[in-house]
Amino acid sequence: MPQKIFTARLENLSQIGSYIIQAAQKAGLDEDACYAVELAVDEAATNIIEHGYKGDSSGIIACAYEIMNDGIRIVLKDHGRQFDPESVPEPSFHGVSLEEVTPRGLGLYFIRKLMDEVKFEFSSRRGNKLTLVKRKTH
Amino acid sequence: MEILVTDFKRCSSLKTTGRVDGSNASELREAFRKLTEAGVYNIVFDMAEINFMASAGWWVLIDTQKTCKQPTRGELVLASVDKGIMDSLRIVGMDGYFKTFDNVTAAVGSF
Repeated sequence: MPQKIFTARLENLSQIGSYIIQAAQKAGLDEDACYAVELAVDEAATNIIEHGYKGDSSGIIACAYEIMNDGIRIVLKDHGRQFDPESVPEPSFHGVSLEEVTPRGLGLYFIRKLMDEVKFEFSSRRGNKLTLVKRKTH
Repeated sequence: MEILVTDFKRCSSLKTTGRVDGSNASELREAFRKLTEAGVYNIVFDMAEINFMASAGWWVLIDTQKTCKQPTRGELVLASVDKGIMDSLRIVGMDGYFKTFDNVTAAVGSF
């Protein structure tokens, strides 16, 4: 699996995006799917930087990808704080007034809505691993 | 982040280019804040040259809309939104909070 290491700084989000977009294009995903992949990875990377490493720029994010026949698998690894994804409240927008809308959980919500598969794995020894799969639309 | 503000008779437009993500959303927030603090509540966000919008950027727009839409104030509308960006907004169900227009002229003319 091709892999690139990025330091955990918000300033690196555009570089991470460029790396992932190229991978998604190589995998043959259409324009909309490529954007979805770039957005999901950006949200994941932002969460790792802001919540996982709490802004500690000495942390790293390893981005790897595997081109599959029917899409792309992306793996993000970090050594930041673990968290329980099930404990993050899922925002609701349908039928919710503007005044009631709050930002909590939006990044994770984007990831889950845009990707076909989302898997979190946490290990004190090996660190955190997020696997994302996006399939081509036919 | 380069931000361009243009004042019209009944609204102002704000334009930026490229990516809006966690690294620069605070600059966008500050630009909108300056407008609303100056009493400008009819705002067009010209997205013609924005090719990427992360949730951090959408939260700036949501918060600005909350400020603009208080009673007797105005509204934040979007112009020239890229299809991919609009699709992602629809997927999560946030598109209902903003009127969108094909171009800035139409958006400005709506006020």
